[in-house]
Amino acid sequence: MEQIISLLDVKKDFPIFKQKVNGKPLVYLDSAATSQKPIDVLNTLEEYYKEYNSNVFRAIHTLGEKATEKYEEARKKVASFINSSPKEIIFTRNTTESINLVVRTWGKANIKKDDTILLTEMEHHSNLVPWLMLAKEQNAKISYIPITEEGLLDIKKSQELISKKPKILALTHISNVLGTINPIKELIQLAHRNNVAVLVDAAQSVPHMKVDVKDLDADFLAFSGHKMFGPTGIGVLFGKRKLLESIEPLYGGGEMIKEVFYTHATWNDVPHKFEAGTPHIAGAIGLGAAIDYLQKIGMQNIFEHNQKLTEYALNKLKQVKGIKIYGPLDSKLRNGVISFNLADIHPHDLSTVLDEEGIAIRSGHACAMPLHDKLGITASARVSFHVYNTFEDVDKLILALEKARKVFRL
Amino acid sequence: MTAEEMYQEFILDLYRNPSNKGALENPQIKARDVNHSCGDIIEIHANVNGSSIKDIKFSGKGCAISQASTELLVESVKNKHLEEIKNITKEQVLEMLGIPISAFRLKCALLGLKVLKLGVYNYLGEKLEDDNLS
Repeated sequence: MEQIISLLDVKKDFPIFKQKVNGKPLVYLDSAATSQKPIDVLNTLEEYYKEYNSNVFRAIHTLGEKATEKYEEARKKVASFINSSPKEIIFTRNTTESINLVVRTWGKANIKKDDTILLTEMEHHSNLVPWLMLAKEQNAKISYIPITEEGLLDIKKSQELISKKPKILALTHISNVLGTINPIKELIQLAHRNNVAVLVDAAQSVPHMKVDVKDLDADFLAFSGHKMFGPTGIGVLFGKRKLLESIEPLYGGGEMIKEVFYTHATWNDVPHKFEAGTPHIAGAIGLGAAIDYLQKIGMQNIFEHNQKLTEYALNKLKQVKGIKIYGPLDSKLRNGVISFNLADIHPHDLSTVLDEEGIAIRSGHACAMPLHDKLGITASARVSFHVYNTFEDVDKLILALEKARKVFRL
Repeated sequence: MTAEEMYQEFILDLYRNPSNKGALENPQIKARDVNHSCGDIIEIHANVNGSSIKDIKFSGKGCAISQASTELLVESVKNKHLEEIKNITKEQVLEMLGIPISAFRLKCALLGLKVLKLGVYNYLGEKLEDDNLS
């Protein structure tokens, strides 16, 4: 009966699905790692390289002007997509680089000996390791908001920890392992009442739902282009303009300067002072095309699509014998990501069996080793969805899991 | 290669019922490594008699391939001379396993060998170079 609910029908927009993998149609359930790319994005990349490839800002010729215009147009698209201003959008390589940029600039300037950095137990390595490095350098402390049995943030504990006035709260919007959607708006309000700055790792949320930085009042927010139908190698750091203006740049070089002398230099305005050297021009323009595509479908439609798939998959997975699902079982509390283990089959072995059926999943620790420790496991299998996935993909997954049970004589 | 060919009964049996799992108290040889991409962990403990392996145990968590190949390897090096262990090749390990291993799973199949060599080289006070791993 679930089949009656209508889903988006966009597989045709993604050329990768024309091929077969191991003789089977590709069932791609690894979008949380990276999404597939729609033809519009691929055409945009090709167009840039074929028709107006040139450097940005410095070239006073027709191609250079067009490249600069398109590059800045992409920045405007990103800005309006998350309801901010182009001055607040820095192009980076990915979420990891965006977070490191904050850690190395704002973090280094503001976090001193005995200060506390507040994270959560469900952070991806990208929002954990840079802070560990900074804490070691500055002799600062790190605290973690614990997660409950169900895989939600412990709200009572978060209130307690925020009231101790850490320098920053850095947390994920949607967990890449548990799929949990964190109540970040409430947490940001609480943090701000305590004068605590907030960085949001939005790598898993911006591709799947409407994220409005003004409404959230986030100070910094980081995401990657490649998880939202854009190319790899392009990411975004949003920062409130005042904050960005108050901090020193990280990299020195071309384009981030205003004036350079043999003895000193002055910095360009935001956001350019954070973008030294030739940027990933094609990547930024490609990300702009990806945003056009996302908006053509509509973020609410995308969110609902993934919500329906998550609910359908959770219901089906629960019935597989020997399965252990991590994170909240109520699909309304999560989006697009389901991690699990099946009996004593190691996720790696499960991946191999599924791959034979043309099904791509993630297996391992999903760049969240401490969270896996907390869950008492070393690895998990993860399926994740995006607009091109269907109920049929989930049905194929379930059949393949049954096959894995047979292969493992269970 | 199909999954059925890869996960044969004997591989699953080595994975589920290894006879060399465990730990030694204050072992002379002790080494550990992880396949960080998949979360496989192997730790090997061994004691030496003269210059041969006397007791050897391994512990760890990981996929059927990494655990089965380590079990086979550990069993095969009992009473073996340390110099002989230094010369074990990856082909020998794959031959012991006797099942087709895809390029992507090679790291799993060879993790045990890497840890064992690491332990032996450390014990001998020598440095394990990348070349010694193949």
